[in-house]
Amino acid sequence: MQTQSEEARKSEKRSQIINDFSITIATVNGSGSQTSNATILRSIFKMGIPVSGKNIFPSNIQGLPTWYTVRVNKEGFVAREDESDILIEMNSATFNEDLAKLKPGGVLFCDEQIHLPFERSEIFYYPMPIKEIVRQVEAPPNLRDYLANMVYVGILAQLIGIEFEKIHQALEFHFKGKSKPVNINFEVVLRAAEWVKQHLEKKDPFYLEPMEMTKGLILTDGNTAAALGAIYGGVQFASWYPITPATSLAENLQNYLPKLRKDVDTEKNTFAVIQAEDELSAIGMAIGAGWGGLRAMTSTSGPGLSLMSEYIGLGYFAEVPVVIWDVQRIGPSTGLPTRTAQGDLTFIAFLGHGDTQHIILLPGNINEVFEFGWKAFDIAEQIQTPVIILSDLDLGMNQWMGKPFEYPDSPMKRGKVLWEKDLEQLDGKWARYLDVDGDGITYRTVIGNRHPQAAYFTRGTGHDEYSRYSEDPQNWHDLLERLRKKFVTAKPLLPKPVIERMVMSEIGIISIGSTNPAIQESRHKLAQQGIKSDFMRIRAYPFVGEEKEFIESHEINYVVEMNRDGQLNQLLRIEYPELANRLRSFAYSDGLPLTAKRLFDFIQQDKE
Amino acid sequence: MTEQIEAQGKRSGVNLVGLTKMDYKGNPSTLCQGCGHNSISSQIIAACFELNVHPEEVVKFSGIGCSSKSAYYFLNRSFGFNGLHGRMPSLATGALFADYTLKGLGVSGDGDTASIGLGQFKHLLRRNMKLVYIIENNGVYGLTKGQFSATADQGLELKSHGVNPYMPVDIAWEALIGHATFVARSFAGDPKQVKELIKAALNHNGVAVLDIISPCVTFNNIDQATQSYVWGKDHETALHELSFVPRAEEILVEYNENEVKEVQLHDGSTILLKKLGRDYDPTDRSAAITILEESNACQCLITGLIYINPNQPSMVDMYNLTEKPLNRLTEVELRPKRETLLELNNTF
Ligand SMILES: Cc1ncc(C[n+]2csc(CCOP(=O)(O)OP(=O)(O)O)c2C)c(N)n1
Ligand code: SF4
Ligand SMILES: [Mg+2]
Repeated sequence: MQTQSEEARKSEKRSQIINDFSITIATVNGSGSQTSNATILRSIFKMGIPVSGKNIFPSNIQGLPTWYTVRVNKEGFVAREDESDILIEMNSATFNEDLAKLKPGGVLFCDEQIHLPFERSEIFYYPMPIKEIVRQVEAPPNLRDYLANMVYVGILAQLIGIEFEKIHQALEFHFKGKSKPVNINFEVVLRAAEWVKQHLEKKDPFYLEPMEMTKGLILTDGNTAAALGAIYGGVQFASWYPITPATSLAENLQNYLPKLRKDVDTEKNTFAVIQAEDELSAIGMAIGAGWGGLRAMTSTSGPGLSLMSEYIGLGYFAEVPVVIWDVQRIGPSTGLPTRTAQGDLTFIAFLGHGDTQHIILLPGNINEVFEFGWKAFDIAEQIQTPVIILSDLDLGMNQWMGKPFEYPDSPMKRGKVLWEKDLEQLDGKWARYLDVDGDGITYRTVIGNRHPQAAYFTRGTGHDEYSRYSEDPQNWHDLLERLRKKFVTAKPLLPKPVIERMVMSEIGIISIGSTNPAIQESRHKLAQQGIKSDFMRIRAYPFVGEEKEFIESHEINYVVEMNRDGQLNQLLRIEYPELANRLRSFAYSDGLPLTAKRLFDFIQQDKE
Repeated sequence: MTEQIEAQGKRSGVNLVGLTKMDYKGNPSTLCQGCGHNSISSQIIAACFELNVHPEEVVKFSGIGCSSKSAYYFLNRSFGFNGLHGRMPSLATGALFADYTLKGLGVSGDGDTASIGLGQFKHLLRRNMKLVYIIENNGVYGLTKGQFSATADQGLELKSHGVNPYMPVDIAWEALIGHATFVARSFAGDPKQVKELIKAALNHNGVAVLDIISPCVTFNNIDQATQSYVWGKDHETALHELSFVPRAEEILVEYNENEVKEVQLHDGSTILLKKLGRDYDPTDRSAAITILEESNACQCLITGLIYINPNQPSMVDMYNLTEKPLNRLTEVELRPKRETLLELNNTF
């Protein structure tokens, strides 16, 4: 080894890029690269460096291109970037397009077997003898293809400095402590690293250095958070039908419920999860269970919601509590099942024929996903109406950093339910749809109540206070007005917007959901250019009221969302028509999570 | 909040749970005079009264149609949910998970079940949800004024709709191939059989499908139609004379063992089937298939208990639920302890 002068070492240090870059890993789906990518992500997280990982995958089981992007950022900005600093190329089919998205001066790690010419003299190029390295490891032939992907983990780790101890921990996490797969995968990683030591000289400037920024944080996906939130909210009944990207939400329920919700003495279940024959049935079961007094839910995505609209309308009209998760994917129609969007907002807000309106919760990170997961049941049961939670593919299926999940800070609120003893006190005198408290919310009984006056007949047809069929015009009018009143009563129960201000701000930015990281980063960059902004992330619909004051306090408010039509902007304009000229839509949707650059460019140009 | 139904006459004839027939009545029917559905409602009332079940232990479900409206016309003291067209099976499935001690009773029409609701119907069967599922089968859509339904006879000619060109769906057939564990066919014009079948069905631990020909006197009652009163009266051949004996009761009538077949239900009650003309064993699936095929071939209305398997676990049995009904569980039972979340956080 050569000895460097102090001076040379210092200048090298200056040109180093530490903890601030994006990696794209291009593979073929079904090749098992998920384990490798997850290992890279988690080991960087365990080094204390802020990181995110996004899987950009095809709607296919095997053989099509798939990309995994890792964003490492010491300041905590972990939104996706369109271009990357490091490209790990395992798929010759996408070589050229991937290379085009490699930033100038970037690094290309390429499977040696991809013999394709390229003209990028400014990049750093490392060929990877994947086959050769895998061959050195004793492994069953059927595992070889999977292990091939571990080679790039080892090569990358050695060159940018991922700590091997952390890789081991990440593998243990992934394989749930099973030593056999941990050992064989780790051996490949070490061999690859050894090969680097012997054959490569580091020329590129990208380095990782341990930090303390992820200490105490967790790393998981929104669909896991949603299932756990529901479980801590006491979910008793879930019916569902498989659909990307909502499937793993229900699968997580199936996985965690038996561990968390068996009666300790009897080992009996306090829950039921049913895979229905379609979404018509999934929502029908959930509405039946909610009507029966259970904390009931279903989870789906756009096409499923289209099918559910008839029953959700009934739930609204017959006043049945139920929680519905919409993990959004891009539409219309089948759309792109594996791509994200925020395109269901206006559809959900008024889902169903006739005058309908729904409560929507809009989480923006995994902690809110968990929190709204349990709160939604409290809201649904108190207001006696369907509550729909809008997540999306990015939030639901990708790994996000967050604080540890917080235990619910209030007891369950089961709403106005009358049991036998309550009816005895009332001498059996009550009416299902009589607004005795003046808040629009009436009392209900549920099946199994043995009091002779407990029963009532629920219907989706016009009804009076006693739930008798009624075609009386005044009756209909009053009923619909009362339903409207429920949404006023609901407002104080709904999560307020999160508002963040900068001193001397000149613009407002308004958004919902998973665009949060990209927006925070663009605000930071805009501020560096002298454009200071305030930010309001709305977390519920109907709007709770504080939105107005925020909009009023800026002449221009950019409404940022991932759809074509500016749906949040539309809803704000309906609610606050007098403020419409203060709202400017930034609606962009291409199936991928929003990047900070796109928003930054838009606002900067708009300001010029 | 149950409405008091005006007693027509005095409260006489109290059953074993201290209730009169009035306690099982519903609101006055708004269906047409003579509609088969009304006669089925009466038999539901009679069956529940005679079974000594508390109305609070029965939950009613229906879809949309004249038949589905009828759920309002019986068992006023029972909870009921008149849901969506063709989607009652899912509604009932979810609801009955709330309290497994209750008896579910669904009424549907041939349109509701065999057209828009065929999918949900078939899936209800394969899950063996404990639910009595009555199809009031009249071959037409009554409520939308007489269009052909999926069970209408091929070649049936109706005044305003011409001739039906399509083959009918046979609901009992669908139930049988769909693995229903209780399949019966009956005729609204045979009230005694309807009543005994309902009693047996309410005690069956699984899905019980009752395909009951229930004439629509307004839109499909011409004498040649197989869903008319006249045709039914002329062509009904009962497989057996059926009577239901509850668990607590001893079988008092003496009978000749060659004449009567006993089927023991899950809860210890018994169905007695008195032979009429032929030997028929309703626990034999292939015999059931043969009899339905024969019924179609001979153009007759073979009624009775076509198939029963009393030993299959019901859907709720498969879920290992707590003894306390789910909807009576409280926060202590439903929200996992704080420590569990701390442990989970360590795994992410
Ligand atoms: C989704 C939907 N489509 C159509 C209708 C209109 N509709 C009401 S009742 C009915 C047919 C009912 O026929 P059936 O189930 O045989 O009952 P019947 O009236 O004959 O007893 C139809 C088509 C509806 N209520 N909902
Ligand atoms: S239209 Fe037919 S089915 Fe409807 S109530 Fe009248 S007779 Fe009955
Ligand atoms: Mg009909």
